[in-house]
Amino acid sequence: MVAITKGVAAPRPRRGRFSRLSENRTVLGAGFLLPAAAILLVFLTYPLGLGVWLGFTDTQIGRPGVFVGLENYQDLWQDTVFWLSVTNTLIYTIGASVLKFALGLWLALILNEKLPFKAFFRAIVLLPWVVPTVLSAIAFWWIYDAQFSIISWLLMRLGLIHQPINFLGDPNAARASVIAANVWRGIPFVAITLLAGLQTISPSLYEAATLDGASGWQRFRSITLPMLTPIIAVVMTFSVLFTFTDFQLIYVLTRGGPVNATHLMATLSFQRAIPGGHLGEGAAIAVAMIPFLLGAVMFSYFGLQRRRWQQGGRD
Amino acid sequence: MSFTRRDLVRGTAGLAVGAVGAKLLGGTPALADEVGIEPEKGASLRMTRWSPFIGAEEKQWLDNTKRFTAATGIEVRIDKESWEDIRPKAAVAANVGSGPDLMWVWFDDPQQYPDKLLDVTDLANELGVKHGGWYDGPKSYASSNNRFVGLPLATIGNAIIYRKSWVKDAGFSDFPKDTESFLELCKALQAKGHPVGFTHGHGVGDGNNYAHWLLWSHGGKMVDEGGNVTINSPETIEAINYAMALYKTFIPGTESWLDVNNNRAFLASQVSVIANGVSAYYAAKADPKLAELAADIGSTNMPVGKSGKDVELYQVTSAVIFKYTKYPKAAMAYLRFMFDKPQMDDWIKASSAYCCQTLKSYADNPIWTSDPVNRPYARASETLRVNGYAGPLGSASAGVMADYVLVDMFAEAVTGQRSPEQAAKRAEDRARRYYRA
Repeated sequence: MVAITKGVAAPRPRRGRFSRLSENRTVLGAGFLLPAAAILLVFLTYPLGLGVWLGFTDTQIGRPGVFVGLENYQDLWQDTVFWLSVTNTLIYTIGASVLKFALGLWLALILNEKLPFKAFFRAIVLLPWVVPTVLSAIAFWWIYDAQFSIISWLLMRLGLIHQPINFLGDPNAARASVIAANVWRGIPFVAITLLAGLQTISPSLYEAATLDGASGWQRFRSITLPMLTPIIAVVMTFSVLFTFTDFQLIYVLTRGGPVNATHLMATLSFQRAIPGGHLGEGAAIAVAMIPFLLGAVMFSYFGLQRRRWQQGGRD
Repeated sequence: MSFTRRDLVRGTAGLAVGAVGAKLLGGTPALADEVGIEPEKGASLRMTRWSPFIGAEEKQWLDNTKRFTAATGIEVRIDKESWEDIRPKAAVAANVGSGPDLMWVWFDDPQQYPDKLLDVTDLANELGVKHGGWYDGPKSYASSNNRFVGLPLATIGNAIIYRKSWVKDAGFSDFPKDTESFLELCKALQAKGHPVGFTHGHGVGDGNNYAHWLLWSHGGKMVDEGGNVTINSPETIEAINYAMALYKTFIPGTESWLDVNNNRAFLASQVSVIANGVSAYYAAKADPKLAELAADIGSTNMPVGKSGKDVELYQVTSAVIFKYTKYPKAAMAYLRFMFDKPQMDDWIKASSAYCCQTLKSYADNPIWTSDPVNRPYARASETLRVNGYAGPLGSASAGVMADYVLVDMFAEAVTGQRSPEQAAKRAEDRARRYYRA
């Protein structure tokens, strides 16, 4: 070892390929992403891709299908029950989302005020969201029962009506009833998230506005609403997506009845694919939901995202 | 739930070994016999069944399973699913090739994936020869291309359940046997403040049973023998007109009824007549508070219409073995054991007339004569007509039923959304989507 010449740097030991790769930022980044990408691929991309593919086949339960192109979609185009389910889904989504937003915002504004037992009320508000959907659906099933509805019973006791309300028997009443149940269940999500947004608004803005003589409505219109818009965009996007794809509530309450008046695209897709055995057609109905969902996401993204002026620039 | 020999020895062991052992010695066939069912060594089985409507029925099936385990050492785990979840879960198991070894399925499920089910023709023929033959209706549901792809296990009968005193008050000493007198009775009951109630909603069982009875009792049918859609016919229009007249005597809200609503309304004395399985009667009998009501319950078969025949849909359940099972012979041995006389007799009896035999020799079960309310359910397997009559069973018949085409046709007309002609035309259009191929 004395042969090492003084003043000449010792050659660096040759590092292994793995060692070099493990220090490469790109490789490391890809490595860390891999598990998440694999999970997305297996549990999201593959089922979605399979669903889209099934929609182009005539697959039935227990029988592999063949590619039929757009045949399923052509059939659906002429299927009145499908179009009824599209109409129902739009009414259900728009009706429930508007109500959830209005009532949720109202509730958030109340909970943002100085209230006694504020923490308790905030916890209580979350209850409908915490209860499993099937349980709340069963509760509503009793509330809307044609013979044993507590609402009908109460109104009859008060002498306001003489026979039980046909909540789920009349098509329009059934639509309103399932929307009401969805609103009850969905309000907490909207209210609590908007409440979180409200608490990020600096009180000094309100103080300054008050000093300038702004009324309550002006403060809401010019401070609360603009500052809350980004949160509203996120909350309502999720709310619309959840509502549009709702299944359990309808399945428990009405199975899509009466006479398909409450069939949503999700419930019709299930009915045709699983109990009916026509997987291809069921998948096509599910795929037909995607443009609507994409439309909702795009609307929220372009329409309600943070404007430049909110970040100090011009709109 | 799984049962091992150890479980048997523990707890209720004395009972099982003592009382059951004697029966086993006399009644259990040798496991390897003429059809060569020799269970695989180390076999264990998993079976999924529908959640019971009659508790004693489930208990007896489990007791019979214990007997099987005691005799063979083969453990059988039995899982339960809500009866409406059976169809999707069986379909998924068949499609992915994984799940329980055996399953109780409904209606034409075996026709949807016959290739995924074990051919049990030899076993079925053996049981048929030994027990007087299979009834045609249940046999159709469990067969594909003249081969058994399952064993028809039971027919869940459906019959009129009514309040005897109210029918008498309405001026009828006997319950009417034909559709026209039945309508008169319903009008009279309505006038006395005791409306009737039949399901016009998306009730898988009650909704379909009622709609098919309306159609078939008037001579209508969804398709002909060749699978051509024939629902838009004068007979159907007549059936719809009859349904509209009958609907006027109903309690409000039946268009939203699912499967449990009629029982609930009947047990709460809100309605005087429903069509249901015998479970409505036994629910009343089991509740001391409803003793008076239970004593006032009568039952009879659905009235016969212009078709002149006593024909109904009924729910049929078959026991199938999936081809993917590792233990096909153990599964067949299990079914053969359960269909053998000691077990099947006890099970039918414990079912309290809810499960009607599919093998003719079991028709002498004492349960049918032990209570007059049970009697109308005794011939369910004999008088049932299969779904999609008069066409073939298959994906089209299953699809039409799952889409509630018939149920909706009547509901649209009785609620005034469509005229009888429009409702029949719409049902025709909807059915054609399934039968066009």
